[in-house]
Amino acid sequence: MNRLQVELPGLSLKNPIIPASGCFGFGQEYAKLYDLSKLGAIMIKATTLEIRKGNPTPRVAETSSGMLNAIGLQNPGLAHVMEYELPWLEQYDVPIIANVAGTDTTDYVAVAEKISTAPNVKALELNISCPNVKCGGIQFGTDPKTASELTAAVKAVSKVPVYVKLSPNVTNIVEIAKAVEAGGADGITMINTLIGMRLHPKTGKPIIANGTGGLSGPAVKPVAIRMVYDVSQQVNIPIIGMGGITNAEDVIDFLSAGASAVAVGTANFVDPFVCPNIIDELPQKLDELNCEKISDLVGRSHR
Amino acid sequence: MIKQERMKVVRHKQIADDIFELTLIGQLSLEMKQPGQFVHIRVSDSFEPLLRRPISICSIDPEHMEFTMLYRAGGRGTKLLSLKQPGDEVDILGPLGNGFPVEEANTGETALLVGGGIGVPPLYELSKQLNAKGVRTIHVLGFQSINNVFYEKQFSELGETYIVTADGSYGTKGFVTDLLAQLNPEFDVFYSCGPLPMLKALEQTYPDKKGFLSFEERMGCGLGACYACVCKTTDAVENDYLKVCSDGPVFPRGVVAL
Ligand SMILES: Cc1cc2nc3c(=O)[nH]c(=O)nc-3n(C[C@H](O)[C@H](O)[C@H](O)COP(=O)(O)OP(=O)(O)OC[C@H]3O[C@@H](n4cnc5c(N)ncnc54)[C@H](O)[C@@H]3O)c2cc1C
Ligand SMILES: Cc1cc2nc3c(=O)[nH]c(=O)nc-3n(C[C@H](O)[C@H](O)[C@H](O)COP(=O)(O)O)c2cc1C
Ligand code: FES
Repeated sequence: MNRLQVELPGLSLKNPIIPASGCFGFGQEYAKLYDLSKLGAIMIKATTLEIRKGNPTPRVAETSSGMLNAIGLQNPGLAHVMEYELPWLEQYDVPIIANVAGTDTTDYVAVAEKISTAPNVKALELNISCPNVKCGGIQFGTDPKTASELTAAVKAVSKVPVYVKLSPNVTNIVEIAKAVEAGGADGITMINTLIGMRLHPKTGKPIIANGTGGLSGPAVKPVAIRMVYDVSQQVNIPIIGMGGITNAEDVIDFLSAGASAVAVGTANFVDPFVCPNIIDELPQKLDELNCEKISDLVGRSHR
Repeated sequence: MIKQERMKVVRHKQIADDIFELTLIGQLSLEMKQPGQFVHIRVSDSFEPLLRRPISICSIDPEHMEFTMLYRAGGRGTKLLSLKQPGDEVDILGPLGNGFPVEEANTGETALLVGGGIGVPPLYELSKQLNAKGVRTIHVLGFQSINNVFYEKQFSELGETYIVTADGSYGTKGFVTDLLAQLNPEFDVFYSCGPLPMLKALEQTYPDKKGFLSFEERMGCGLGACYACVCKTTDAVENDYLKVCSDGPVFPRGVVAL
């Protein structure tokens, strides 16, 4: 028996550790450092219909135990991802979760329909929560009705299960979670980054060219845990949790809060081997908790 | 090959105002070949500060499995780094990026190396490698003031070396381009690292020369995965943006929009 095995809609994961979208590109860079087949799955960079150039620089700023980013969904576009990135990833024994973004519903639907036909794409992650683009992204994720309708539209065309990525920049995240569940979502991924700003001590102006950026890293973990805790008790679809994970203990926390698997983002920049290291650490953590298999931990905070 | 290693501090000393020379020992030194590549340094074992700091490789000593970097202790991370003592370990990721192409200068030719401030360090390994293959080097190094000048002796041992200070407290007063205008040197290829206005002035001063420039941008991963460090390109290049960490940090002249 594999103690780390996790079964989710569309995804049979050999372990619950997934690099988060935007922090792992399309895998090529990290493949130079370790075997990607070791990972539970890979969430690839947001893909849009057309190529996106992203925001001006500086795009990142360091903050206390965290960072702000405003990359602006730069990506090579759907055609390139279908032709080069996804086929390249086929050499690894790892399911791909395709992060889908767009400006309007037509965009999302077009990307979802096409990208869900790639043989190694086992699930979609609908990005309705990017805080760094003017059109598309977060405005889909802050209104329950819009979120629900978009989910339904994408569900209607996708050949694989659809997970919706929620934004923490809302008053009531449970309401949005319920709305996407009603729209037919197979799962939820959460959280995307929290909108923040850092000023330059000398000029007094924002460091990030975009002004605001999305906060990620250890600083956001308590917020993410609270949200997973709340949402998991109100919906009947599984959650992939993320926000500030850096080690195996953080993973256990997210599972206890109610997530079934987790994604690791910013920590890859600090330690490029963080994902395989966590995977290696997990069995010992389970022993310490007298826990036979990892899925037994899910939701123990509120059981 | 890119490696991550906890390398040991061999020597660490201050060599000018806020400028430190740090020599580390470890297997990773054997992976370093090209001047102008950089390493990504984790200055603390905690998550404070969070991100790694990119610092150029200044010289490589494979025989002793060592490499040296020079850095300015300015902010939070580099100040923490400056506290490391011989025997301490530092988490290094590297070597990263594409450095200066030594092969673009032929034996018997002359190369002009222009550095500004903390852009000077990578030119040292470059000069060593160029001289080793019989390329003559001219060094023009710009600093703020006399207290910021470093490595004059080391560069002088390799070739003609000119120092410029902005306030005139040492060497020629002004910018490197002022001195270049007086000097009017004969050369076949130029290599440069330093502030953007300097790189821009060089491109304009030598419109017909072959040249290679090293750029800086704020980074996340340092590996090419996060799109944090992009720079805008000129119309001459197909891609609109290139990544400083993995496509650069060194680009041929005319590639990056200045
Ligand atoms: C390819 C490359 C090579 C470099 N080589 C050298 C070198 O040889 N010697 C040297 O002294 N400096 C070098 N720098 C600049 C060096 O990376 C910054 O001075 C350093 O990161 C600042 O960190 P801090 O802790 O002092 O400042 P903080 O203010 O604490 O930094 C906050 C954040 O901003 C980033 N940052 C701040 N200034 C810069 C900058 N100029 N470039 C990139 N990121 C920045 C930091 O990495 C960190 O993430 C290089 C930069 C690049 C991109
Ligand atoms: C540089 C960077 C780029 C990101 N790009 C995306 C993206 O393209 N799509 C997306 O859904 N989330 C993106 N995110 C958000 C992460 O996937 C993740 O939700 C968030 O960073 C919280 O996790 P962390 O604290 O482990 O980084 C990005 C985050 C960072 C730091
Ligand atoms: S720093 Fe991540 S792509 Fe360059």
